Amino acid sequence: MIPAPDRAFVSALCLARAGLMVDAEKAYLIESRLSPLARRECFSSTEAFIDALRHGADDRLAWAAVEAMALPESEFFRDHHVFAQLADEVVPVLARSRGGEPLRIWSAGCGTGQEIYSLAMLLADVPGLGKLELFASDLSERSLEKAQSGRYSQFEVQRGLPARMLVRHFEKDGEFFALSPRVRQMVRWRRVNLMDDLARVGQFDLILCRSALGQLAPEAGGRVLGQLHAALAPGGLLVLGQNDSAGKAFVRAAPDLSLYAATDDVARSAA
Amino acid sequence: MKTCLVVDDSRVIRKVSRRILEDLGFEVAEAADGVEAMAWCTAVMPDAILLDWRMPAMDGLEFVKKLRAEPGGDRPKVLFCSVENEIESIRDALDAGADEYIMKPFDGGIVAGKLDYLGLLA
Repeated sequence: MIPAPDRAFVSALCLARAGLMVDAEKAYLIESRLSPLARRECFSSTEAFIDALRHGADDRLAWAAVEAMALPESEFFRDHHVFAQLADEVVPVLARSRGGEPLRIWSAGCGTGQEIYSLAMLLADVPGLGKLELFASDLSERSLEKAQSGRYSQFEVQRGLPARMLVRHFEKDGEFFALSPRVRQMVRWRRVNLMDDLARVGQFDLILCRSALGQLAPEAGGRVLGQLHAALAPGGLLVLGQNDSAGKAFVRAAPDLSLYAATDDVARSAA
Repeated sequence: MKTCLVVDDSRVIRKVSRRILEDLGFEVAEAADGVEAMAWCTAVMPDAILLDWRMPAMDGLEFVKKLRAEPGGDRPKVLFCSVENEIESIRDALDAGADEYIMKPFDGGIVAGKLDYLGLLA
């Protein structure tokens, strides 16, 4: 088992770099996430790997460790009613309000891509939406690489993906299932640490952030919500996870959906 | 209580499926092929049918076509559960009247997810 001081070090590293909350008591979790990475990087043990991090190994290794501790979103259509409402109501209304301007959508903390692809598959079949710009970002390069490839295992395509969507949008590729280029090409990818200054990321009409907040320390979560608020275009909407709390800067925009509008934005348009 | 008929010629698979479905709150009946399954369904239609493809007597594809032609045969949700994992096979099953498709090997999470999507979990 990884000694307690090593676990405390990993926990502090994740908090400092990405605001990630990693319970230092969860020895098994830390071991199971870091040992494959330690092996890949040719360390003799996970302890040796952590030791190298502690003694100032290169920055890339430290980031690799933090990324490995972040839990990727890995289910298609998680809370499927959310996606149905987004595609049937929310996005068409937003698109109309933009009057021909491209509608910009961002999946923040996209993991291996299931969330943004779920939305893309639905939106690909909705007529009259005009130009859509779909962006997805994650902390983890490895997750982004996988997401971008659009290749999923048999096990993964059975997590939340209806069979009709599978036959419509995927082809068999050896042991894997490959998403059609038509849907894949709808999405642009970028590595983003939500704790960094997001001013350059741009503004969005719809932001989905449904799994990141739950993994962040409270203070970090507050900072991320503030940044998402700033990244929301006027009239834009934010979708959070069902158990996330949005704080005072946002007001709920639908009774049965974790959909939020910026409080000051609503006040402005009411005035 | 919702009912599910498990149709598979493997006793082991039927047992595994039964355990998963009972944990999800279903009352489970078993059949070893399509003929046996059809006998169940003409007596009383279940809410859901977990259906293997390759079976002696009557295979899954033939069963689902026959079922859909029966009075009340449109009511059960039919989930294929098969080692067939080619897109064309899955499309054939859906076109024949299946509602969902599970590729073996499967686990409780996959079954629960599919049943939830079909509105069969409370």
